Amino acid sequence: MIAALFFYLFAAVAVASAVMVISARNPVHSVLFLILCFFNAAGLFVLMGAEFLAMILVVVYVGAVAVLFLFVVMMLDVDFVELRQGMLNYLPVGATIGLIVLVELVLAAGSWVIDPKSVATHAAPTPTDITNTEALGRVLYTDFIFYFEAAGLVLLVAMIGAIVLTLRHKQGVKRQDISTQVARNPANAVEVIKVKSGQGI
Amino acid sequence: MTAIPPSKTRKSPAVAIVAGLLVLALIACVVLLIGSLMQSGVIAAFVAWMYETTLGTVVRYFLESVLLIIALLIVVAYLILVDRKVWAAVQMRRGPNVVGPWGLFQSFADLIKFALKEQIIPDGANKGIFLIAPLVTSVLAIAAWAVVPVADGWAIADINVGILYLFALSSLGVYGVIMGGWASNSKYPFLSALRSAAQMVSYEVSIGFVIITVLLCAGSLNITEIVRTQQTGLGTMLGLPNSFLDWYFLPLFPMFIIFFVSALAETNRPPFDLVEAESELVAGFMVEYSATGYLLFMLGEYVAITLMCAMTTILFLGGWLPIIDVAVLNWVPGVVWFMIKLLFVFFMFAMVKAIVPRYRYDQLMRLGWKVFLPISLFWVALTAGVLVAFGWAP
Repeated sequence: MIAALFFYLFAAVAVASAVMVISARNPVHSVLFLILCFFNAAGLFVLMGAEFLAMILVVVYVGAVAVLFLFVVMMLDVDFVELRQGMLNYLPVGATIGLIVLVELVLAAGSWVIDPKSVATHAAPTPTDITNTEALGRVLYTDFIFYFEAAGLVLLVAMIGAIVLTLRHKQGVKRQDISTQVARNPANAVEVIKVKSGQGI
Repeated sequence: MTAIPPSKTRKSPAVAIVAGLLVLALIACVVLLIGSLMQSGVIAAFVAWMYETTLGTVVRYFLESVLLIIALLIVVAYLILVDRKVWAAVQMRRGPNVVGPWGLFQSFADLIKFALKEQIIPDGANKGIFLIAPLVTSVLAIAAWAVVPVADGWAIADINVGILYLFALSSLGVYGVIMGGWASNSKYPFLSALRSAAQMVSYEVSIGFVIITVLLCAGSLNITEIVRTQQTGLGTMLGLPNSFLDWYFLPLFPMFIIFFVSALAETNRPPFDLVEAESELVAGFMVEYSATGYLLFMLGEYVAITLMCAMTTILFLGGWLPIIDVAVLNWVPGVVWFMIKLLFVFFMFAMVKAIVPRYRYDQLMRLGWKVFLPISLFWVALTAGVLVAFGWAP
């Protein structure tokens, strides 16, 4: 009974905040509603018994990705009048993408209404004797280790690419070199000169 | 010199004696009432009801949470006092010593003062977010305590992924700062919010790796389990009784130091308090806040600091375990050991605040990304390798 109550609470807040993400005028409000939506999705994961996924969703998406989102959005110089002018031009493109996503969702969800046997092919049974952290670990690091490492390599290449594209060695910039600073001593840093009065150096 | 006139409102000793007797009588009544209730089995029935029915469980969790929050807030009030006293002692001052004996009621006086002041909302502020931000900070910091086991089995929610929950909620602390800084619609708070976002995200990375190292040794994400695995370790391998030599701070000493320093940065404590570097940013993201808003920010900050001390205790100092598991020392309840260790870590926090000068921003970033990240990554690999090579992996 309590689980059902919380399910409806999380689901309702998640849907409502998802609507607010696209309807809020202020982009910062949009990101904050997105965060609320993530939270409720995490709550739904907990209700399904996938507590590891729920925590990872909060750590990765809310704790890191959304912070960067917020960071970028806050720095934007948003002109609301200009934003609304482009609305009609982009409407057909946006509507098409939305329609395609909707059709795909209906197909995915409808597949087990049409053919109930197909559920077995894409839903592995949840193991009951181990925690879901362990179950996920076995799938990722034992059964499909090659795919996991390949995905990691792709990300590494993307990261190196981003660094190569933006790295510039500027000339004439003074940089702090901690080891030389620490290695300084009076012998190579200070020069004592005897100056005769009235002559200068 | 004029003589001070005697106070006209002073009570006579007789009144004080009567009041004292009344209080004593009241206490006796309460004790008798509880005694008679226990005799009739009402309390036992109530406890059974709380464990057996759904509504009872809800009531039990509510009561447990209220108790924990009250205990936590009292502890935090005195930790603030400890902080100020330690700071004062290092600078050869006396610190707060006026309100109550040795200044013991100073924190409560501050609380009342903040609560009674006028709340000012700047004209250009984004009102909703401006008001939510302090709540976010304090509520998130307090919510994290739900999974902290202050003694064996005393956690309100002993969940499977407890340490991840702690990590998740401590990494959300940045939102209060960002929201407060942005919604104030002012230069200094905004700059401070940007600094804080970058700083906290950077140090979370090394905190994450430190937690992973401990998890490798413990073989569980459950906090109670992590503490229990520290009953055996280096010391018991040498044939000694269960003692402080078994705790993770010894085999993982570099990670212990990294965790401690990262915890300072994560909670914006000096020397990493660039968020509110007063010489550069006035008071950082809190410039526009007054009264209760400011109070909630400060409360959230100190609860988060206490949480980081508790995390250090759990991960590296053996949680509620006694220093040496021998007859006299293991009679002391676990919660007392937990508090002693938490106080020790907090004392270190306070000493760092008093002694170390503030870092420059680029030095802070260098420390996080170029020093801590490679070292902690190396230690994760090394720990995993050693555990597998010697067959110690749990």
